[in-house]
Amino acid sequence: MNVYNAVSANKRKTWIIMVLFVVFITTLTYVYGQANGYGLTYAGIALVIAGITSFGSYYVSDSLVLATTGAKQVSQDQSPELYKTVENLSIGSGLSMPKVYLIDDPSPNAFATGRDPKHASIAVTTGLLQKLSKTELEGVIAHELSHIKNFDTRLMAVTAILVGFVAILGDIFMRSLWFSGKGRSNKAGGIFAVIGIVFVLLSPIVASLIQLAISRKREFLADASGVLLTRYPEGLASALEKIARDPLPLRTASNATAHLFIENPFKNKSSGAWFSSLFNTHPPAEERIKLLRSM
Amino acid sequence: MEMYIVLGIIGVVVLYLWIVYNGLVTARLRIKEALSHIDVQLKRRTDLIPNLVETVKGYAKHEKGVFENVTKARSQLLSADSTKEKAVADNMLTQTLKSLFAVAENYPNLKATENFQKLQDELSDTENKIAYSRQFYNSNVLDYNTRLEVFPSSIIANMFKFQPFEFFTAGEEDKKPTKVSFE
Repeated sequence: MNVYNAVSANKRKTWIIMVLFVVFITTLTYVYGQANGYGLTYAGIALVIAGITSFGSYYVSDSLVLATTGAKQVSQDQSPELYKTVENLSIGSGLSMPKVYLIDDPSPNAFATGRDPKHASIAVTTGLLQKLSKTELEGVIAHELSHIKNFDTRLMAVTAILVGFVAILGDIFMRSLWFSGKGRSNKAGGIFAVIGIVFVLLSPIVASLIQLAISRKREFLADASGVLLTRYPEGLASALEKIARDPLPLRTASNATAHLFIENPFKNKSSGAWFSSLFNTHPPAEERIKLLRSM
Repeated sequence: MEMYIVLGIIGVVVLYLWIVYNGLVTARLRIKEALSHIDVQLKRRTDLIPNLVETVKGYAKHEKGVFENVTKARSQLLSADSTKEKAVADNMLTQTLKSLFAVAENYPNLKATENFQKLQDELSDTENKIAYSRQFYNSNVLDYNTRLEVFPSSIIANMFKFQPFEFFTAGEEDKKPTKVSFE
């Protein structure tokens, strides 16, 4: 997989996710409507709403992702070192300057988002700035810029919002399936059970959708092309080492946004719900570091 | 039947020519754009220098030789035309600036001024940006020049007279050790 077919694969996969989201939500509502005897009305409404949501997510998913992680945009004067690093490396990769965001959190981590290189943002935590040296920061920023260049950010942001939404729904219904019958009326419990079962049946599909977004290849490719930019593999290798070793989990990361970050923000702590825990599949840091050191 | 096969083959060949030709044109445009990025940074650098020279002059009037060298290198960079000339002139400017900063080392009062520190920071930031834009330019040149060399795109490049581009390097100058003279 090289950079050029990575770009077209990412664009294609984004479409697949958007279409599947509409199909999934409409089907779900159809099942719900049938169980209630409402016919197709609900499914029709759901089709329109899911269509708008899916289309809208293409444009607003990056803002949503930035908002949920608590990232604040910074100017050159507020964070000169970070800003200059991003500026220099984007010159080196020929990308237009992305917006720079800071997350006020001691856990070192970073991510990039945006639908294309012209509407891209890079967010890093204050912990990352404090704990990494200049060359390590360069390694991380170069990795994130590679995600932007490869259009990984488009697919990852749309996946975070749409599949994340479905995963949250899944968790809600799974819980009600678990506790149904306790103080709830039989009819409502029955409907929730039906939807819960639909989710159980569909969970392998949802899981493979998430796999579309989180592929090991994607991270390895971004590592490699990032190094091509900085010409210094050790920078990223030791940055990953520091980030992986740091015991602090990132407070604002959620299941839906975890796959965006350069390293698993939960630090392998279980994050509750089993359905959305499907998101926690980062390639192991040790493997990436080993590869970087062999370059 | 045979006519269709012949037509089909011709169609495929024309399509291939078309794709390779467009690829070459795009790669050439990318190089030109990358070169303009370098020019922006070089311009920024030359703009900073008169200010810097004036600031240092205020503290070290008698170091005339150093100022002359810097000013000369700057005007050479401004008048440089080809990529090679620019690269050489930029490299010379780097060398003369090194001796300027070496002179500044002897004047603690100068080094303490905010203006000097700001100029020094901006200059080193610009130098970093030049290095990165150079890297981007060179990687584009490598991509384009490779297409001119490898078969079969080399045939098409030859047919339409695509010329190779020069890398942005000062050549031999790069390898020489820095000479800092205190006169």
